Amino acid sequence: MNFKLKVWRQKNAVSPGSFKDYDAKDIPSEASFLEMLDIVNESLTGNSEDPIEFDSDCREGICGMCSLVINGIPHGPGKGTTCQVYMRRFTDGDTIWIEPFRAAAFSPIKDLVVDRSAFDRIIQAGGYIVVRTGSAPEANSLPVPKHNADLAMEAAACIGCGACVAACPNSSAMLFVAAKVSHLGLLPQGQAERETRAIHMVREMDELGFGNCRNYYECEAICPAEISATFIARLNRDYAAASAQEALTV
Amino acid sequence: MSMTLDSKVPSGPLERKWSKHRGESKLVAPNNRPKFDIIIVGSGLAGASAAATLGELGYNVKCFCFQDSARRAHSIAAQGGINAAKNYQNDGDSVFRLFYDTIKGGDFRSREANVHRLAEISLNIIDQCVAQGVPFAREYGGLLANRSFGGVQVSRTFYARGQTGQQLLLGAYQALEHEVAEGTVKMYPRTEMLDLVLVDGHAKGIVVRNLVTGEISTHAADTVVLATGGYGNVFYLSTNAKGCNVTATWRAHKRGALFANPCFTQIHPTCIPVSGPYQAKLTLMSESLRNDGRVWVPDKKKDPRPPGQIPESERDYYLERKYPSFGNLVPRDIASRNAKEVCDEGRGVGPSGLGVYLDFSDAIKRHGEDTIRERYGNLFEMYQNITNEDAYKTPMRIYPAVHYTMGGLWVDYNLMSTIPGLHVLGEANFSDHGANRLGASALMQGLSDGYFVIPSTIANYLATQLGKKVSANRPEFKAAESEVRLRINRLLSIKGKKSVTTFHRELGLLVWDKCGMARDAQGLKDALQKIPALREEFWQNVNVLGDGAEFNQALEHAGRVADFLEFAELMCLDALDRKESCGCHFRLESQTKEGEALRDDEHYCYVSAWEYTGPNTPANLVMEPLTFEYVKLSQRSYK
Repeated sequence: MNFKLKVWRQKNAVSPGSFKDYDAKDIPSEASFLEMLDIVNESLTGNSEDPIEFDSDCREGICGMCSLVINGIPHGPGKGTTCQVYMRRFTDGDTIWIEPFRAAAFSPIKDLVVDRSAFDRIIQAGGYIVVRTGSAPEANSLPVPKHNADLAMEAAACIGCGACVAACPNSSAMLFVAAKVSHLGLLPQGQAERETRAIHMVREMDELGFGNCRNYYECEAICPAEISATFIARLNRDYAAASAQEALTV
Repeated sequence: MSMTLDSKVPSGPLERKWSKHRGESKLVAPNNRPKFDIIIVGSGLAGASAAATLGELGYNVKCFCFQDSARRAHSIAAQGGINAAKNYQNDGDSVFRLFYDTIKGGDFRSREANVHRLAEISLNIIDQCVAQGVPFAREYGGLLANRSFGGVQVSRTFYARGQTGQQLLLGAYQALEHEVAEGTVKMYPRTEMLDLVLVDGHAKGIVVRNLVTGEISTHAADTVVLATGGYGNVFYLSTNAKGCNVTATWRAHKRGALFANPCFTQIHPTCIPVSGPYQAKLTLMSESLRNDGRVWVPDKKKDPRPPGQIPESERDYYLERKYPSFGNLVPRDIASRNAKEVCDEGRGVGPSGLGVYLDFSDAIKRHGEDTIRERYGNLFEMYQNITNEDAYKTPMRIYPAVHYTMGGLWVDYNLMSTIPGLHVLGEANFSDHGANRLGASALMQGLSDGYFVIPSTIANYLATQLGKKVSANRPEFKAAESEVRLRINRLLSIKGKKSVTTFHRELGLLVWDKCGMARDAQGLKDALQKIPALREEFWQNVNVLGDGAEFNQALEHAGRVADFLEFAELMCLDALDRKESCGCHFRLESQTKEGEALRDDEHYCYVSAWEYTGPNTPANLVMEPLTFEYVKLSQRSYK
């Protein structure tokens, strides 16, 4: 298969970027999207042109390292991450636009690589259950209803890739925050810190320059881990409860 | 020159060794802990759990990873589960049985004391992870669920759908980020360790490159902990993440840390077959699939019929036929070797002939498609996405691929390498899995080392280092830093004709061919001739564009491949030295009449620890004899 690529090239965070044209030639239809870019990079290197920089690591859809907006869609066509997009999804001769995830809170690094460390900062604000190593009670001493455990797992499946932010017109990180708040808040172990967690994580999100949620649901539509936007309602409830609690205690 | 290795295994009965050791270990007082700087390289299960726990204890921790966040370390990709001897299923499990299964699974090439400790700690790990909110699978009564996993006859594996590694890593990562918020841990993402710095023979710091700016810098500490994973990517194609590499452990080896059992590499039986030369990595299908899938190939060679048209009578369910008591659940090494054997006979399936069927039709008949979907839905989807085939309707095709490396830096019972002050955790060390790792044991070892072992054993070293702090201004740091700079400049100045990936692929094909699922002296000698030549060519003809003072992935890859080109030679040398077959190391010269691995306990019941002796001189073999007091060495049988 052959493709025309329009790829965002940007030398570093301070230089302006622009789209450049490349030909992707003789690509096997069984190749993944990132393998297609590998092939293009091999030919660029052979011509002494700087290869296209992009993030990836596990290439099995779980680490959340790969990004890319393909033809305007974060992680490209179909469900799952960019590394799980296969070229058989495209038609021979297609023109494909490739851009980085764009958001005020994700600053550019180079070409298609952006800095998503803001997500770590949000977790630092409260995305955990504090438990000193060695102090845990016997695991089966605390039954968790299967329904809650399953729902917590659904929220916990978030891979932290940032596609929800890239897809949101407001660049909001609400789905990411909601997934963590719901995962921990659905479990009995997470109750002690439930309210402070919600309020601290949301505040950190605001401070880092993510926008607010306007219920566009673009995040849910794009999420490779299929995190449901109903978790945002759960977050809103915890946040409201925590805010009321805070107002009363002041 | 002769060096002896002291494993520091405590005396006393096996089940008392760990508690006795903890009781006798040195302590660092709480008021002294903030005075100690600890460098941890790697943020996977072992690194993140160690960083979180040491930070919580009050030490001053710096943690480095090459990924953009600690949460992306490759532990995240582990699918199947984590073992623990809880015996919640009341099916006869115990700490001793987990210990015994692990020792036997490793084909009697690991230390009894380390493995028993691992089995003991397995209980604490599950408690810890549940308390952190890891959403393990549960039964309707709300208690924890278990499943069985390859190579054992009890159900002791805890799991979180097909994402157990992800959930355990997120638990450790969240604990780590909590410590970052508390100020006890400072995280350095997108930062790669390129050398280890020794001062008076002790590990006292590292040289790193900031992968965003290209800046080279040094960091000093009282001790260095490596938790940098395995070296499976020496084979180019593996199930490891693209970034996994041997650089940190190899650099430490060149500074004096002995490298143990490098030839013990695990080839996982259930991966999606290779589809073409452009392929960048291989994808694992969880071993749990073997609980319900039946492995077979056609009786006839090169049978052109689609699987559905091959009648039962013309199928060979070879694992069930050869190993009636374990059947499809034999350990990984045996499943892999048998797949290779039937493919070598010409009975392999799929376009390349390098594949076997993993068939779910009987399980679907018995349990219904919905049950199978509930158990493995995400794996079937993944398979369909990659191969464009529906495994509910047609059998999966699988083939073995490099997955895990049991070898690693030699460590004593305290997890300290032969360099004082250098500790090594998780897959990066050699200690617990012998010649073959059982399923669902990697996560257990990573977390055991990080949460429970190193936080107590590290004090044995640190307590001797009060008042001995070194500064990064010392000449040893400057010297190591300038070596790193020189090497980077050299890589960038070659401007040859071949890409880094081309060299990596060539190396991978060579070692897969000569040092893969089956090895013999002739092939290994051949590889030992070809690797230095390939390395020579690399340093003459590699093409790395761009410069060092910027984000440059080709340069990162070049440095890692340069190290793989050195490491590969040691791996083959080790494989050549070990003339027995054991675990994943199958020497064609050493097999039983039935073609099973034939161990040679009389001559090879030792750990091979290799000492670096300089460039282009063969490494020096130091042996740690293995003694077994509590298990009887037996030929493994899964029949």
